[in-house]
Amino acid sequence: MGSQGGFYQSKEFLDLVKSIGEARSKAEEDRIVLNEIETLKRRISEPDIPKRKMKEYIIRLVYIEMLGHDASFGYIHAVKMTHDDSLLVKRTGYLAVTLFLNEDHDLIILIVNTIQKDLKSDNYLVVCAALNAVCKLINEETIPAVLPQVMELLAHPKEAVRKKAIMALHRFYQKSPSSVSHLVSNFRKRLCDNDPGVMGATLCPLFELIARDVNSYKDLVISFVSILKQVAERRLSKAYDYHQMPAPFIQIKLLKILALLGSGDKQASENMYTVVGDIFRKCDSSSNIGNAVLYECICCVSSIYPNPKLLESAADVISRFLKSDSHNLKYMGIDALGRLIKISPEIAEQHQLAVIDCLEDPDDTLKRKTFELLYKMTKSTNVEVIVDRMIDYMISINDNHYKTEIASRCVELAEQFAPSNQWFIQTMNRVFEHAGDLVNIKVAHNLMRLIAEGFGEDDDNADTKLRSSAVESYLRILGEPKLPSVFLQVICWVLGEYGTADGMFSASDITGKLCDVAEAYSNDETVKAYATTALMKIYAFEIAARRKVDMLPECQSLMEELLASHSTDLQQRAYELQAVIGLDAHAVACIMPSDASCEDIEVDRDLSFLNDYIQEAIEKGAQPYIPESERSGMLNISNFRNQDHHEASSHGLRFEAYELPKPAVQSRIPQTLIASTEIVPVPEPMYPRESYQTTMPSIPSDAGSAELKLRLEGVQKKWGRSTYTPATSTSNSTSQKTVNGTSQGDGASTVSSMRETYDSRKPQVEVSHEKQKLAASLFGGSSKTEKSPATGHKAAKASSHVVKSHVPKSSLEVASEKATPAQQPPDLLDLGEPTATSTALQLDPFKQLEGLLDATEVASAVNGAPAASRSPDIMALYADTAAGIHNKNDADLLSGLSNPSVTNMPGTTAMPQVTQSSSKGPNPKDSLEKDALVRQMGVNPSSQNPNLFKDLLG
Amino acid sequence: MIKAVMVMNTQGKSRLAKFYEYLSVEKQQELIRGFFQVLCSRAENVSNFIDAESIFGLDSRLVYKHFATLYFVFVFDSSENELAVLDLIQVFVETLDKCFQNVCELDIVFNYSKIHTILDEMVFGGQVVETSSSEIMKAVEEISKLEAASNAISLIPKSASGWRSR
Repeated sequence: MGSQGGFYQSKEFLDLVKSIGEARSKAEEDRIVLNEIETLKRRISEPDIPKRKMKEYIIRLVYIEMLGHDASFGYIHAVKMTHDDSLLVKRTGYLAVTLFLNEDHDLIILIVNTIQKDLKSDNYLVVCAALNAVCKLINEETIPAVLPQVMELLAHPKEAVRKKAIMALHRFYQKSPSSVSHLVSNFRKRLCDNDPGVMGATLCPLFELIARDVNSYKDLVISFVSILKQVAERRLSKAYDYHQMPAPFIQIKLLKILALLGSGDKQASENMYTVVGDIFRKCDSSSNIGNAVLYECICCVSSIYPNPKLLESAADVISRFLKSDSHNLKYMGIDALGRLIKISPEIAEQHQLAVIDCLEDPDDTLKRKTFELLYKMTKSTNVEVIVDRMIDYMISINDNHYKTEIASRCVELAEQFAPSNQWFIQTMNRVFEHAGDLVNIKVAHNLMRLIAEGFGEDDDNADTKLRSSAVESYLRILGEPKLPSVFLQVICWVLGEYGTADGMFSASDITGKLCDVAEAYSNDETVKAYATTALMKIYAFEIAARRKVDMLPECQSLMEELLASHSTDLQQRAYELQAVIGLDAHAVACIMPSDASCEDIEVDRDLSFLNDYIQEAIEKGAQPYIPESERSGMLNISNFRNQDHHEASSHGLRFEAYELPKPAVQSRIPQTLIASTEIVPVPEPMYPRESYQTTMPSIPSDAGSAELKLRLEGVQKKWGRSTYTPATSTSNSTSQKTVNGTSQGDGASTVSSMRETYDSRKPQVEVSHEKQKLAASLFGGSSKTEKSPATGHKAAKASSHVVKSHVPKSSLEVASEKATPAQQPPDLLDLGEPTATSTALQLDPFKQLEGLLDATEVASAVNGAPAASRSPDIMALYADTAAGIHNKNDADLLSGLSNPSVTNMPGTTAMPQVTQSSSKGPNPKDSLEKDALVRQMGVNPSSQNPNLFKDLLG
Repeated sequence: MIKAVMVMNTQGKSRLAKFYEYLSVEKQQELIRGFFQVLCSRAENVSNFIDAESIFGLDSRLVYKHFATLYFVFVFDSSENELAVLDLIQVFVETLDKCFQNVCELDIVFNYSKIHTILDEMVFGGQVVETSSSEIMKAVEEISKLEAASNAISLIPKSASGWRSR
């Protein structure tokens, strides 16, 4: 049997195939193949193997590789075979290398020469084999080596060679359009080839060229139309017929090309009407290939400038397809319908029943195609039904890829056409419930945003109702056994934000549910984090409303568990919660205003509010800030910075980033200290700063339009502060002092002593907590401002809506920047709100430790007028410095900033420096990167939500 | 363009696999397994088309045809027409049938390189170059003739050296 094809095959190969065929298990097959590999390895390197034998070995290798085993040991032999003179051996060699190697393989270099030679061979079979290899093995770099030969072959007497040369040229174009862009005119020339086969082959590259640049080929419309006409009128020799159809494959390609050329071009389209109409009439609809041509005609008709007569013919064909028993034709019919309804939507109606049939068909392919059609047909009138069906189908399938696609389509349709908010929320609930882990996290953020913002009308009532219904439905859904994480996040957020807003449910109801969630999904840290933050919000609202807060026992035990959590994020949230509960109503209301997730955050990035202060300080004899670049000893620092840059660019390296800030902090600290020597010895430098931070949030925002940046900066701030933490390494503080040019002996010593106290305390409290606190205060600041007095709640909403209406798609991002819950923020948000509190929280541990301050005091400090008015700006200050951190001295600045606050700001050099630095110009991108790093490193060790950072990073 | 041509039997054993874009051997196996999973779960009398995006990546469709113990599978992108590709499979199988008279699975296994020759005459670098089975047959026959001739010529020195070495 094996000899039937006339190709030599040995008994061994037959045996191999047979034994593999009879193998009972994969393991047995593997054993047989491994044996074979051993044999081949041995045999193939023997000297003087007869060519036939060698050929067979190579074929066996190919076979083995097809079965999934590594045959790379034989690649070199295949390459050698291409050098052989014997056609048989050479062709086998080429076959093997095209199957084995890719264009970037090391061995290619050994083949290029042979290919060059073979392309010039006078044996056309050798040329064809070489061309075949060219298609697969030549890459952008090697194209020039063979291009001249291939070009010559375009005029080869054999049409088979011309055809393949065109294809090879096409392939070059696909791989590197620029390498052959000057040669594309050859494709046009070949269109006039005497051989219809060559002409047909030319259509492939032309199709691609035209798809990329329609306008340069409009002149060919007439030619294409006349070719198509001739083909359809059977002017080609019978040899090109296929199943009694004249050259159907050529017709199909031509119709595709005409569809491109006629799209939106009335004049060009008019040239095509006659020929397309002819094909509609003449085409034999009983054969498969005839229907293929008809289908292509429909595609063409629906793409070119509409012509009523043709549309009618197309509709007829579609109804024939849809009525057919063949699933293939139904499939094509549905597809064609999807194309045609774009032009004449009314034709869908006559096929309603057929479409419904297809929807219920057991054939999955057909069903999906039909859903695609429905998706295209969706209007506000039918959205409910269609989305409903889609969700039902989504629930029924297991293919995650397709599930994801349907889910996102449902979401898209629901967002676009939702008849009512209630329906929207219900639909989203279903999507999330059944495919929650598959949908893009942005969808969840979008939903949160929608609930937070309402539908944009200034109708608070409707918004409230929307929220109430959402809360209600979520409380019900929480009874379901297993919910996707993303959905739970949404639920927790909404319950936290609006759970008690309408007074229908008591705080204990909601907190009970939240605790249940945290307990039931105890290995999902993200959900737990959301739940914790939600709990905090509920309690904060209760406190702010001056109601008595009784923590449920389960909540208490949850907190205890979280306080000892391995996740620093959870721990932080738990501490924050604890801290918030300890505050008085006013403070809490400032930290966590209710329903303020849509507030904008504004920051005075110029820090102009500090001018007076700086002026004052300078008058008192403080030294003005000297930018780091103007100081000596800059070199090593800038090195540091470079290093950091590298790290920032590669996410993998996380451990070095903290080093960056270190030098900065050190150099900075001395400066402040120098300025305020008396303060230095103060043992608890942290307290004042603490209060500062707390105050920050309470300040009403100025009028920043750059929320986007703002956020980033806030983030950055966290970075900045975290840098402060590691700064504990006092090692080179002395050298830094000299850097500043102010060599103060005693100052230096005090510095170090102060640092020691500072450091020693920190470890005791909690190192990572410090970082978190930094981050938190950062975020808190931002979210705080965001929530702060209701100046522009409505305004903010309105603006975000305007944006939305302008750019419906991108609104997601834009709006999300404003509205709390959206994309980057989800974490930010949650992190953020806690952060606001976190400052307070941070007070807590210290309080406990030292018993120095009590919460109320702190709170009052928070509200303290002067501090308050200043604090947001300080935030901004932070932000700016942080943003500019890529600049060494900005980092310095930062530390300077924090230091003054630490030292209770007796008016020192620090401030002036700060201002100057702020003028340095922030670099949000840098800061972004750094923030990501920071999060990955410390603040977010649980790395609970990496996606969010991706969002952040863009 | 056509992205891949595969022939596999109803047990999922690969009989021919040709990918027109390079893929590692592991990836190829993964795809073959993935497609087989889908194919063997298809009922009779359903369409021959499958959306291959979840397996093969964006913009890929699959057309298959079931003959006796074999699945013939073509994977391609949106620049081809599903029905036409279905006929392409028909051309391929017709050619094999002409070549081997009543082609069966074993012919394909044992004439592995010849199958490749046929396919190469039909699909070149991912584009369809020839759709007439008689033209393909002509070309393939000519190739075997010339190969046999060149082999005969080269056999003389070859066999001499082979003989010497034994």
